Amino acid sequence: MRKAKFESRFRSILAHFVLCLLSVMCLFFFYILIINATRSHAELQKGFSALPGTSFIKNLLNVANDGSFPMVRGIVNSLIISGCSAALCTYFSALTAYGLYAYDFKAKKVAFTFIMAILVMPTQVTAMGFLRLITNMGLYDTWLPLIIPSIASPAVFYFMYSYMQSSLPLSLVEAARIDGSGEFKTFNRIVLPIMKPAIAVQAIFTFVGSWNNYFVPALVIQSKEKMTVPILIAALRGADYMNFDMGKIYMMITVAIVPIIIIYLLLSKYIIAGVTLGGVKE
Amino acid sequence: MKKKTKGISYAKWGYMFILPFFLIYFIFSLLPLLDTVRYSFYEYYRSGIKVIGPNFVGLQNYSSLLKSDMIKYGANTLILWLIGFIPQIVIALLLANWFTDVRLKIHKQQFFKVVIYLPNLIMASAFALLFFTLFSTGGPVNSILMSLGMIKKPIDFLGSVFGTRSLIGFMNFLMWFGNTTIMLMSAIMGISPDIFEAAEIDGCNSIKRFFYITLPMIRPILAYTLITSIIGGLQMFDVPQILTNGKGTPDRTSMTLIMFLNNHLKSKNYGMAGALSVYLFIVSAILCFFVYKMTNDNDPDGSKAAAKRERKGRR
Repeated sequence: MRKAKFESRFRSILAHFVLCLLSVMCLFFFYILIINATRSHAELQKGFSALPGTSFIKNLLNVANDGSFPMVRGIVNSLIISGCSAALCTYFSALTAYGLYAYDFKAKKVAFTFIMAILVMPTQVTAMGFLRLITNMGLYDTWLPLIIPSIASPAVFYFMYSYMQSSLPLSLVEAARIDGSGEFKTFNRIVLPIMKPAIAVQAIFTFVGSWNNYFVPALVIQSKEKMTVPILIAALRGADYMNFDMGKIYMMITVAIVPIIIIYLLLSKYIIAGVTLGGVKE
Repeated sequence: MKKKTKGISYAKWGYMFILPFFLIYFIFSLLPLLDTVRYSFYEYYRSGIKVIGPNFVGLQNYSSLLKSDMIKYGANTLILWLIGFIPQIVIALLLANWFTDVRLKIHKQQFFKVVIYLPNLIMASAFALLFFTLFSTGGPVNSILMSLGMIKKPIDFLGSVFGTRSLIGFMNFLMWFGNTTIMLMSAIMGISPDIFEAAEIDGCNSIKRFFYITLPMIRPILAYTLITSIIGGLQMFDVPQILTNGKGTPDRTSMTLIMFLNNHLKSKNYGMAGALSVYLFIVSAILCFFVYKMTNDNDPDGSKAAAKRERKGRR
């Protein structure tokens, strides 16, 4: 008995120790990033210090006023693109899921199987044809090719479908029908509010995914004023930036990732619950 | 006529509601895929400002890709994925087991979950740029190691094959272990507590419980994690691209397949890009099928599939 108690105590200490170690590992790099973003170039050249400096505002203004890497513009662009993608993606995924969940029609099974078959298909394999297509459509160097395709997101569809199975009774839809509600109206007025938790979770994931997306935007966007944050980060890496003001570099990385960290910390409870709810990772 | 005899049919609404998805998928994914496959058989590239082709050349693109460095880049991708995946699955299994162990009583569980999941949401390209800066010869990591007296002169992490590959693997590990932990945790929590209780009464210790109960019970989720991770690994791009500025340095040992594809696309080398895409398409399809088949072999009576369905339903 005593031995068992000792063993479980030892395991508990070990578990907490490993967890703390991993947490430090996760946070350490962000800690350095934020500390360094508050220090001036001269201070950074002297070597690392664990305490923050006083140049936070100066670095921030330097980033905001940089003409060759328009970060503020990039953040606004990224916000617009990610916001539109998240809205379209969640609405149409819910609509598609509802169409397959609530109605019976001949092609239903085929349609469902098809979506499940393409669930984890990498988008990169169609990138070449995609690039040619949007060039022919005159959409090259515009935002539309980054937003519109999010309407067809199999993973989000699957999430919505699973959610409907567990929390949308069909009797509710029938009751609305008897009350004379049109089908489309039923979806917008009755189904969507019930789907709110699922929509919120998926909106966050789609937003973050779109915010962080680099491969497709880098192929599509050419002009500087349309660039998103990841493209600017890549451009920064491509420039001979070791000669730049390092305080500014750290600040640029900070402004690229801090918005997401803030959103995450505010909504972490729902986000972590959402990871397992869908079971589909991208 | 037919419609009237059936009474009110709602079928057309079903079609209407799923139409946008299929329309968009058809235009932006299926047509491009067909186009990609088609041009993989053509000689079609740009030399300077002159466009060569498209001329039909059959399988020439495919064979010249095989003779190029594609195999090497495939091996790179596999190595980089493995360096990230092995520690990821080990740590995730360990943590998931601890988090779900009622006797262990982990304090601040929610805090730890929030912290370990955090890197998953960070912009991979910004994260890679951060690592590039931190691990450069004059960067903070070298500065810290030197002031601690652990090294005498700065380590050129990105100058060595081992250093670069480890960094990429480490970043992939950091970005994904939290996600995997949470996935596996939910799988373990889906196991009936009765089984654990029975095991405990029978005198099963924590290590035995893990290997003989937990591990076999979460096999479907493990397989799922493996599949998605392989497919994710195949798509590896942002981190090595930004870390090495698209060059896959040193000596293209960290060049992944998608970086190779990206280079062809950037230089408008459509024929080659098409053939490479088709290779990637085939590989990802085979991988999925192979792993799916392998994990379903030990399920003769379908009980595991049923358990998985039930668990999915409960979520």
